[in-house]
Amino acid sequence: MSELIDALAIAGKAALGFQAIFFALLAIGINVQFGYTGLLNFGQIAFAMLGGFGIAISVSKWGLDFWVGVAIGLAAAVVLALLLGLPTLRLRADYLAIVTIATAEGLRLLFRSVSATPVTNGTRGISDFNGQFLELAPWPTNERYRLLGTSWSGGELWVALVGWLLVALACLLIWALMRSPWGRVVRSIREDEDAVRALGKNVYVYKMQALVFGGILGALGGMVYAVGTGSAIPDQYQNANTFLAYAALILGGAARVLGPVVGAMILLFILQFADTGLRALIDNGVIPEGLLTSTDVAQIRFVLVGLGLMLLLVFRPQGIFGDRREVMLDAR
Amino acid sequence: MTNAAGRARRHGRRPGPGRAPTGPAARPRPDARRSPLLRTLLRVLLVAAFGLGLATFVPGIGQAAGEQLVGTLQTSRSGPIDGVQMTVTTPDGARIGQVDTDAQGRWEVDLPGPGQYVVTLNSDDLPDGVVLAGEDSRTVTVEEGRRQAVVIGLSDGSRDGGGGSVRAVQLLVDGIRFGLLIAMCAVGLSLIFGTTGLTNFAHGELVTIGAVVAWYINVDGGVPLVPAALIAMLVGAAVGALNELVLWRPLRRRGTGLIAALVVSIGLSLLLRYLIQLFYGGRSNPYQGVGGGRAVDYGLFRLTNADLTSIVVSVVVLVLVAVMLQRTKIGKAMRAVADNRDLAASSGIDVNRVILVVWMMGGALAALGGVLLGLSDQVQWDMGFRLLLLMFAGVTLGGLGTAYGALVGSLVVGVFVQMSTLVIPNDVKYVGGLLLLIVILIIRPQGILGSRVRVG
Amino acid sequence: MPADPMSPEPAPTGAHAASLDRDAADGAVRRPARTALQDVPWEVGVAKPDPAVVVDGVTRTFGGLTAVSVDHLEIQRGGITGLIGPNGAGKTTLFNLLTGFDAPNRGTWTFDGRSLAGLAPHKVARLGVVRTFQLTKALSRLTVLQNMLLGAQGQKGERFFGALLPGAWRGQERANTDKAMELLRRFKLDTKKDDFAGTLSGGQRKLLEMARALMSDPRVVMLDEPMAGVNPALTQSLLGHVKDLREQGMTVIFVEHDMDVVRDISDWVVVMAAGRVIAEGPPESISQNQAVVDAYLGAHHDAPLTVEEEDRVLAQAEREIAREEHVADGEILSSDVPPEERTDR
Repeated sequence: MSELIDALAIAGKAALGFQAIFFALLAIGINVQFGYTGLLNFGQIAFAMLGGFGIAISVSKWGLDFWVGVAIGLAAAVVLALLLGLPTLRLRADYLAIVTIATAEGLRLLFRSVSATPVTNGTRGISDFNGQFLELAPWPTNERYRLLGTSWSGGELWVALVGWLLVALACLLIWALMRSPWGRVVRSIREDEDAVRALGKNVYVYKMQALVFGGILGALGGMVYAVGTGSAIPDQYQNANTFLAYAALILGGAARVLGPVVGAMILLFILQFADTGLRALIDNGVIPEGLLTSTDVAQIRFVLVGLGLMLLLVFRPQGIFGDRREVMLDAR
Repeated sequence: MTNAAGRARRHGRRPGPGRAPTGPAARPRPDARRSPLLRTLLRVLLVAAFGLGLATFVPGIGQAAGEQLVGTLQTSRSGPIDGVQMTVTTPDGARIGQVDTDAQGRWEVDLPGPGQYVVTLNSDDLPDGVVLAGEDSRTVTVEEGRRQAVVIGLSDGSRDGGGGSVRAVQLLVDGIRFGLLIAMCAVGLSLIFGTTGLTNFAHGELVTIGAVVAWYINVDGGVPLVPAALIAMLVGAAVGALNELVLWRPLRRRGTGLIAALVVSIGLSLLLRYLIQLFYGGRSNPYQGVGGGRAVDYGLFRLTNADLTSIVVSVVVLVLVAVMLQRTKIGKAMRAVADNRDLAASSGIDVNRVILVVWMMGGALAALGGVLLGLSDQVQWDMGFRLLLLMFAGVTLGGLGTAYGALVGSLVVGVFVQMSTLVIPNDVKYVGGLLLLIVILIIRPQGILGSRVRVG
Repeated sequence: MPADPMSPEPAPTGAHAASLDRDAADGAVRRPARTALQDVPWEVGVAKPDPAVVVDGVTRTFGGLTAVSVDHLEIQRGGITGLIGPNGAGKTTLFNLLTGFDAPNRGTWTFDGRSLAGLAPHKVARLGVVRTFQLTKALSRLTVLQNMLLGAQGQKGERFFGALLPGAWRGQERANTDKAMELLRRFKLDTKKDDFAGTLSGGQRKLLEMARALMSDPRVVMLDEPMAGVNPALTQSLLGHVKDLREQGMTVIFVEHDMDVVRDISDWVVVMAAGRVIAEGPPESISQNQAVVDAYLGAHHDAPLTVEEEDRVLAQAEREIAREEHVADGEILSSDVPPEERTDR
């Protein structure tokens, strides 16, 4: 029983920690692109990687100020969005999907390659770049605090606080945008871009704006993750994370302001609970050793995510809180 | 993906058949705390099993107490390579240990426990003339009490030593082999897109399933590779048919949107990929009884017999596919459905049957492609997913939805990826392929053979 | 374009009523186009007294098939021009070309003397040439009112940064909402304003699409089969609205199959077959035109596909693939499927 409570507490911490913020920001970005505008960005993790490495490289390789690093990371994300969007946003939706997924994989391979080692430290990655950020914390960052039955370091708390503020700001911004005429145009593009063109709107520009805006949010997510872990390693930015973010978005409900946030928290809670719970069950012998071992748990999580993503889209495409009728109107 | 020379010269050992349990059901994991006797017994058995296995190729090591990663770096020309830094981390990037190879080129790192680890070789430390044959790191899954050998492919350039133009020819031939392989896997992807509109992100897993099934039949079942590959193709066709019958046909009937279907295929890809890893594990294994990797000299270039077989098989199969599309009734119907589904349906073609055949054909071709890929690059749980990106690049280059476009595009991608290593480092060659994709999309969005897509 | 005639003064109902009994009303005043076209000869490519749209040598081919090949065509300003022809005559393709949704292989076309060649669809629309689609494009998951508001031009709140300052666009939004409501009342959709457009019936969607197009104060309205799939009860009302557009001084071009409808409302009829204009003239001239009769009798008009058709489809697919094999470069267009069908998903 105590193990169950422990597992719940650890899962609760995961749902509030920087990883949840990371996925929330990725998913909010995807929500702008996919949920509202209908763009298929399957390389959101590349934006996050540029954000994280933007800070890491600027601070530890170029000796720049932390905040300059933030600016560089965001600028890099904007440039990437423009590069991806320029050739593909005029074409059918799948082209963007293929190019983004390819870019996410390609950039990671590039960052971890031998040739990039002088800049990115290759597969070893970069650490020690978040000191300036942690110094800003109003409390000591190396002490530990009890919170909701789990132990948090001061640094974790500080990153989480700033991260959730970022999430709140992003949500506010999206709420404002989506009730404006701009939001009306992008949602119309999702429905039928030719109709929007015929009404004199430059669809290309709106798609580009959505791609860039979503990319910036992804970069912010990557920054939170990099600062939270204290290191930037190319292999942390596997593209499976993009799909986890999609799962979070669809779980919480696409095209809703809070959907991705709630989805990310639930997803992280479930993943962590499944992880801790399964390990506990295996250790206690409840699950026979022949069936599963604790080394399998990491894979099981992805199996569950994949299965969940499929079931959600097939049976509940509107997410947990969504309105099914609205989804069913999607005649395409 | 890696060239044959590098493959042939990879060192270190991987588990042989029958020595270590491979199936998930057979994978022992001692029960914790509850039954110390059983646990001890199991552990003794395990250690004995592993020790016996290891003893056959690592003399003098029988006392594996904790988990370890070991390996040896050497090539035929350079001999053992010392002073190369090896780093072991967890998949999250937490560092476990770092050592330099000794005078025999050996290294070993003690591990805190079983699990997944990433071994990275610092390629700056490699002596002149020795380069990485593939990636500089490898992810391995270590089981309890296991002394896991890690192979990182090295190439000493002895095959490529003949100067620029010869190397170019060699890479061209390699590229053609690779391109044909991509093409074979991608034909199904393209036809599925053409007939159903589905961008199937789970197509890579069909490739992996083919390779893995053939591996189990070949290595565990002791069946020669050729019949194993044929059975794998049958399994591939069955998996393709299952895909269509269990998942996609019902979804089409429900009127699921194409974008929703695309995300479903991503979910399926994750599900299958990690299920495969769960069953097969994170190792990379070669097929058995396919002969040594010695390359045969053909004048301008050299090919191993395996590579030559791969090229011949690919060409024959692709020609057969083309003949089928061109001459047979079902082939014509496929092209008609891909061309205009509603028109084909209204002209009496049984669209669902055609799509089912497309899925079966695509599954079988992907499975065969997986076997060929496993032949050249060993069998790995995510081999198909990594190939998927290049398949997409090829299909997009050739023009989405056209069977012949997939062939041409894939050849271009394969050759480009291999030839690009003339100017860019080997470990970023895929990046070059992906860049090519983006550049072509800018210049010719409809692909090489595609129909002109309206540009708004 | 804002200077355009949609003046609020003549009450919509009045104009509507007037158009319905137009024969009784003074035709010369109400129907300047009709009067102006009175003395124009019934010839293909004939010059009009006051052309709004002029098409010159526009050709569009898909693969070996010529979808559109129009040597010269003028559309009279302020009139209703009906565009008819058997299936596959190239009517929709011509619409796509004129509005920038497709690019021709060659040719020029102008609106008010300004070339539209190479202009993106949204720029064509901003010049005042708006279109509707054969398959209605109601934006399903937006409400009827939101659909309407999308049609308004020059909205400050549609800029990314402008959107973040509600103060800057609220006034404009209110004015647009008033205008939209007035149009919705006219089209009898005002009670549906908060419903998702996806819940409307086919006919209501056609009405909504037309009303939405009017939100941009267009000068030329191009309607692609506005009556297709609309139930008969709504047809009359739709016809009335089309006539209203003319009363307000807009130039209307519409594609239609129903000859009764065409005869009823058109000032001028253009007949296309196999991509070419084969006849033009006032509605009464068309039914006697031998070329038109031949074109209609010679085509499988809406006939179901037969065995021969199936063979034709297969042969065509074969030809295309053969083409792909033999021709390695240049503009290879391996499909005669209209581009929309390829891209709309």
